[in-house]
Amino acid sequence: MIAAEHLPVLQVVGPLLAAPICSVLRIRNLAWFFTLIVSLGAFLCSVYLLQTVMENGPISYEIGGWMAPLGIEYRVDASNGIVLLIISGISSVVLPFAKRSFEAEVPEKLHSLLYTAYILCLTGLLGITATADAFNVFVFLEVSSLSTYVLVAAGATNDRRALTAAYNYLILGTVGATFFVIGIGLLYMATGSLNMADIANRLGTIAETRTVDVAFAFVVVGLALKLALFPLHTWLPNAYTHAPSAVTAFLAATATKAAVYLLLRFSFTVFGTGSGLLAPMAATVGIPLAVLGMFAGSIAAIYQYNLKRMLAYSSVAQIGYMVLGFGLLSVTGVMATTLHLFNHALMKGALFMALGCVFMRVRSVHIADLAGIGRQMPWTMAAFVIGGLSLIGVPMTVGFISKWYLISAALEQEAWWLVLLIVASSLLAVIYIWRVVEAAYLKDPVPGRTVTEAPLSMLIPTWVLVAANVYFGVNADFTVSVARAAAEGLVGVMQ
Amino acid sequence: MLELLLDKYNYWIVVALMLFGLYIVISRGNLVKKLVGLNVFQTSVFLFYITLGKAEGGTAPILTGKPELFSNPLPHVLILTAIVVGIATTALGLALVVRIQENYSTIEEDELEDLNVAVMKGEQVRVKGSEGDAR
Repeated sequence: MIAAEHLPVLQVVGPLLAAPICSVLRIRNLAWFFTLIVSLGAFLCSVYLLQTVMENGPISYEIGGWMAPLGIEYRVDASNGIVLLIISGISSVVLPFAKRSFEAEVPEKLHSLLYTAYILCLTGLLGITATADAFNVFVFLEVSSLSTYVLVAAGATNDRRALTAAYNYLILGTVGATFFVIGIGLLYMATGSLNMADIANRLGTIAETRTVDVAFAFVVVGLALKLALFPLHTWLPNAYTHAPSAVTAFLAATATKAAVYLLLRFSFTVFGTGSGLLAPMAATVGIPLAVLGMFAGSIAAIYQYNLKRMLAYSSVAQIGYMVLGFGLLSVTGVMATTLHLFNHALMKGALFMALGCVFMRVRSVHIADLAGIGRQMPWTMAAFVIGGLSLIGVPMTVGFISKWYLISAALEQEAWWLVLLIVASSLLAVIYIWRVVEAAYLKDPVPGRTVTEAPLSMLIPTWVLVAANVYFGVNADFTVSVARAAAEGLVGVMQ
Repeated sequence: MLELLLDKYNYWIVVALMLFGLYIVISRGNLVKKLVGLNVFQTSVFLFYITLGKAEGGTAPILTGKPELFSNPLPHVLILTAIVVGIATTALGLALVVRIQENYSTIEEDELEDLNVAVMKGEQVRVKGSEGDAR
């Protein structure tokens, strides 16, 4: 098949071309269906790609037939194959959910444009992940960011604070992306190349220079802003709280994941051998900020009464776990990060979608409005509880798998104190999930309010992710083998 | 010292614009002024990339058939993309400012903050109220 060899680029070009088509489909059901088809197409692509990569090793694709260092190369290996799978998979699960959710939360005339922004966001995230060209990363980063600002601002119908949230996200996101592009410029200055592998090669042959060190600093700070590493996370809680439910579920499960992947890719593949700053940065900045984030995020989450904001702060904590695994700079550590990328996407997607179901019926995610909701919406709240257990890291759920590997990575380096901190911060998650359980099951329902279960088109996608939480928690062979291949591919170059 | 300043004057301009831009973004409370600061910040990067591509004594990179020294065209192409991104960001930012003005009747950050905090305080009071009812 001719198309098969072009899949690495079709994965990105398909949605890119679909976006303008979607914008002229003025019938909202048609636009939704079109978006779903595009997203499923990207998902099938990524399944095929990941399977091929796991069997035959990395796939390199030269755009327009131009050879790699000169032309733009797309390269799929285990580490970005899994991220492609997360992004397109979550997008395909969220879309069936998004239809009813958008109908309830966004004025009808905006729908087809909203789906256009959604496809563009998907394009950007897939592009960031698939490309092996440093400047291409910046372009796709901006494609995904600009459409994300639009998606967040679409929440303004319910709450005007979505506008200020989107504006602040725009300012900080642009500063982050500009830092990143300054770093790329300095790298180009030092090496004369934009291809990631080629940059790494050339960095290996030149002596360590200040230009490269400054480039590393700019790239890391820029990406830290994008992935919402504590204390650069301030845009995240408001953006996630005020965006429409489906948008929050999609973004929380994918956007920061793509940025974490970029951090891994640039730290190991690009700067790994060429910059002496990686190890000191990870030890003195990465791990301390990750641990601070784990605690600050969880503690802030405990004090939230808006549940979307609570989960958003919990995301800040979970990003801490991912950066902690990266900061250990070992194969097991990066494996834990990759596993948590995948697992956190499943659990946060499920949790935000459950809240979307609640919002659909109750028109609020305020904890006071959820009193007794467990009896009125049993399926929705059951999904929330299982997602919450996964977030805490209870065995038989995916949260346990990623924490298990994170703890083994810490033990490998005999960092007992880190193990204690990981367990302690997980206990904080128990507190904020329990607050919801208490309100939903132990309090009497709000008098005079009749609430029915959420529509099936929203419940089924939510339960798909909940089932995935349990399935990959019991049978982790697939995720662990991919994560190991990814970690070895990334960290392998260092040894 | 003076030599260092004069020799690399283009880089000094880049650094100065970068810092001015960031300072404006952080210090100004007016949302439009913040966007102007963001633009200044991004412009410094444009200048930086163009500086990278310049070869001393080089001409424009146009094929003449003779061997000639010319500037590297690649950074120009890259930064053209970044300029387009910058325009899109500014347009989107201004559109958001218009919507904020319509909804809040102000575009001063501290006033917006006050309005948002007031709403959040209201939400907080509701939690305490419901706990009081339970008791």
